[in-house]
Amino acid sequence: MAAPHRLSRRTLLHTVSAAGALGVLGSALPWRPALAKDLVVGFVYVGPRDDFGYNQAHAEGAAAVRALPGVKVLEEEKVPETVDVEKSMESMIALDGARLLFPTSFGYFDPHVLKVAKKHSSLTFLHCGGLWTEGKHPANVGSYFGYIDEAQYLSGIVAAHTSKTKKLGFVAAKPIPQVLRNINSFTLGARSVDPAVTTAVIFTGDWSMPVKEAEAANSLIDQGVDVVTCHVDSPKVVVETAERRGIFCTGYHASQAALAPKGYLTGAEWNWAKVYTDYVTLVLAGKTVPNLVRGGLKEGVVKTSAYGPAVSDAARANADAVKAQFMDGSFVIYKGPLKDNKGNTVIAAGEAQGQTDIALESMNYLVEGVTGSIG
Amino acid sequence: MDDGGLGWWGVPLAVLAGAIRVSTPFLFVSLGECLTEKSGRINLGLEGTLVMGAMSGYAVAYGTGNPWAGVLVAGLAGTVFGVLHAAICSLERVNDIAVGIALMLLGTGLAFFLGKPFIQPQAPQLPSLALGWWSDVPQVQSALRINALFLAGLLLAPLLVWALRCTRWGMVVRIVGESAEAARAMGYPVNAVRMAATATGGFLAGVGGSFLSLYYPGSWNEGLSSGQGITAVALVIFARWDPMLCFYAALLFGGAGALGPALQSVGVTQGYYLLNAAPYILTLAIMIATSSSRHRLAGAPAELSVTR
Amino acid sequence: MPLDRVLPTLAALAVSMVLFGLFVLAVGVDPLETYALMYTGAFGSWFSWQNTLTRAAPLILTALCTALPARLGLVVIGGEGALVLGGLAAVATALALDGLPPPVVYGAMGLAGMAAGGALIGFAGALRHGRGVNETIASLLLTYIAIAVMKQLVEGPMKDPASLNKPSTAPVPDAYLVGTLPGMDVHWGLALGVLFALAAWVLMTRTTFGFAARMVGGNPRAARMAGLPVGTLLVVTCALGGAAAGLAGVMEVAAVHGRANASMVAGYGFTGILVAFLARQNPLAVIPVAILFGGIGASGGLLQRRLDLPDAAVLVLQGIIFVTLLAGEGLQGRLPSLRRAPPAARPQEA
Repeated sequence: MAAPHRLSRRTLLHTVSAAGALGVLGSALPWRPALAKDLVVGFVYVGPRDDFGYNQAHAEGAAAVRALPGVKVLEEEKVPETVDVEKSMESMIALDGARLLFPTSFGYFDPHVLKVAKKHSSLTFLHCGGLWTEGKHPANVGSYFGYIDEAQYLSGIVAAHTSKTKKLGFVAAKPIPQVLRNINSFTLGARSVDPAVTTAVIFTGDWSMPVKEAEAANSLIDQGVDVVTCHVDSPKVVVETAERRGIFCTGYHASQAALAPKGYLTGAEWNWAKVYTDYVTLVLAGKTVPNLVRGGLKEGVVKTSAYGPAVSDAARANADAVKAQFMDGSFVIYKGPLKDNKGNTVIAAGEAQGQTDIALESMNYLVEGVTGSIG
Repeated sequence: MDDGGLGWWGVPLAVLAGAIRVSTPFLFVSLGECLTEKSGRINLGLEGTLVMGAMSGYAVAYGTGNPWAGVLVAGLAGTVFGVLHAAICSLERVNDIAVGIALMLLGTGLAFFLGKPFIQPQAPQLPSLALGWWSDVPQVQSALRINALFLAGLLLAPLLVWALRCTRWGMVVRIVGESAEAARAMGYPVNAVRMAATATGGFLAGVGGSFLSLYYPGSWNEGLSSGQGITAVALVIFARWDPMLCFYAALLFGGAGALGPALQSVGVTQGYYLLNAAPYILTLAIMIATSSSRHRLAGAPAELSVTR
Repeated sequence: MPLDRVLPTLAALAVSMVLFGLFVLAVGVDPLETYALMYTGAFGSWFSWQNTLTRAAPLILTALCTALPARLGLVVIGGEGALVLGGLAAVATALALDGLPPPVVYGAMGLAGMAAGGALIGFAGALRHGRGVNETIASLLLTYIAIAVMKQLVEGPMKDPASLNKPSTAPVPDAYLVGTLPGMDVHWGLALGVLFALAAWVLMTRTTFGFAARMVGGNPRAARMAGLPVGTLLVVTCALGGAAAGLAGVMEVAAVHGRANASMVAGYGFTGILVAFLARQNPLAVIPVAILFGGIGASGGLLQRRLDLPDAAVLVLQGIIFVTLLAGEGLQGRLPSLRRAPPAARPQEA
């Protein structure tokens, strides 16, 4: 986890003294060619790796890999989901000898990762998204993803305990299944505490739109929402806006606790450090890596942020109890009878969809209690 | 209302509040651009200036602990870019639109490059004035929590109208913008006037950028502007080179940006991409409706390349 | 391009390299090492060359979107929008004609994409001629609108329900995907770009159409008095530029993404503007300049990995090149170069 006031991972770029001035800065790391026996691992990010969000979560995983002996880590950030990512990976392979690649953006998979993996069948490509299908995709490709909605469910519980207005807010990028699943799990968690709680959702339309995100958070707060969370690439703006308006928030992707010391309740975080070091350890040992890795709290793929000061004892006890059930694998979020917010039954009484259920992957509804519709 | 929500009444309030919150960068950039264009030059590079202002303002506020120092430095950084634009454009045979695009790129690139260490830290924010003390409704109080820069912009617009219309300085700027030849004949230093107008425009755009990073949304990152600087340049044409109209247009564009989220917060979630593009559609429609191939736009400086 | 235009461009490039070198030096990075790495990443090996050419392919086409109208004294910056619409039209065509023989569908996709891109920029040209609307602002606004329309369609009416977490249109059927050039790992967009640039060069320098266009660019009033169809020339040239960028969109869909989605908005249209200016709006010069910019892009990753330079280093270098070039234009004064748009309207400086 980043230290709260870490300037940047570019520790050599010191504070620029004045705006626009090219202050005195340190010298760059000299390039050290990898030792022949070193495993060269390449990470590709779609955005800046210190965004307090999606990309930072992955960069924290990469940092853990860097600490392993016998490994050399390469990183490239802000690589768009075009031919650029294909060429970035191939450049890491051709010029720097990378043998294991982590293209970390969901949109890299089809067709970019697949194309490059077919060309380099002796190398391993591990993609974040959980999209690998036996027989359809190359054997040297793996895909991993986490059931982060479990952590969102717990955030929902804490949010419902904390809210006085019984109105929660959710700032989301796009109405895609992964996002809907987080909105729904957050809402179901909250309504398990108090069925009167509702969640208002606003879609900004894109993954990184700071002004729209701030506007969305303010609109929600004006509508009486007093706990807000989000699913955008960088939750920084939403969390800071909530703190300034004096309401509560829960985090996403990474911990934003440092940004909202008063209002930060808890958060749903990725634990890529564990996933990545596990993978790299397997590769170092010469073992084959699994093609599909999915897991939630129990498997250590996702985690929750430490509770903030505003979380009551009752909320802690409730969330911890449910967390314990997640940890022993006995808790199911999506079980019937479940209605969507238009009154249709989406899961019949007596049915349950466990986390691995494929039906959850194509979620196209908002559960009862969510205000908003899928555009 | 007992639950603290405003329901549908929240929409106009959110649009009003959003207009005030979101409009300030539009206002500063468009007032600056208005002055620059009055002198007969267009500076398309204000997008880069805005981003540079946002980054440098944030960095300095973080370094010194004083957000107003950030605003000042942001303005100075903008001035540097304005001077650079004017200096290059004063050379013969240089297209001011091309120089603007070049500086947009350079400003954005430098801001992203130098701004990397400041994505993470939190800089002190500009204070706001609570003008909603008379109301019991927290949403109204929040909507009327107004930043001093917005008020500065509010005063600046009529001041600029007055300065352009009634002062000697304003007259010189307008003459230079109407006919460089005439201005030269009258003994006015055309390039120096344009330099001053572009530098002032750059200063204002830089200050507008500092509002983004130091007040709303109030943090520095690379997606911060998402084209607001360039929108503001289009807004000047929309506003017919009238600073007061710039003010109203900035409010309109700000409010349009707030409309989408406000409607969604009461459950209307259709077509947000098109809604987000509404300001562009509106500007284009107005340009088409009011332009003519026979005569230039009313209020347009005759020297301005975009109106010919 | 005659020598008196090549030399100043090379001089501007040299000055830019010195300035960028000083810049990286100021942040503590060795400029010589930086340039050595850039050479390695862009042109140091067959792999690097292919990387560079792949990135250059769309830039040639989007640059033409600015370079062609520039012959008439217009500054068009709507290449990104034309690219997006071109891609969207290509997908729609391929899906509608599914089942027909590939050559037919290839042709139809290309034509549809070029028509869509051409319509967008042609519209900007028509607005300029018919209503006197500034083409720079209009083409930019049209780009924003085109991108919004594309996103709305891709996530609404044209969405493939199976695309789940990456909203996209249905995929172009495999039979209609475009492969790579023989013997190299670069898609056909490069060949089409070079052909389009050659054709544009011939059109603009060797035909009466090109001569008429240049007359309009040189002096619209005189051109009108000479009885030239100024409006037609304006709209057709803009449409041709838009068609080039539209074709870039077709190739993005058919050779890179296999479907249309928000990933098409990758900035090629905006980089193309730079390429066009650095090529001094000459369709032929666009080719080497696009390769140069492709190389800068190809080496950006290496600068991140080896020197820990931010990704924006590439933007800074491009910005410095562009600014230096324009300043150089002005300083050299007497040599033929970029013209003010349109120069005839500035009699006091003629």
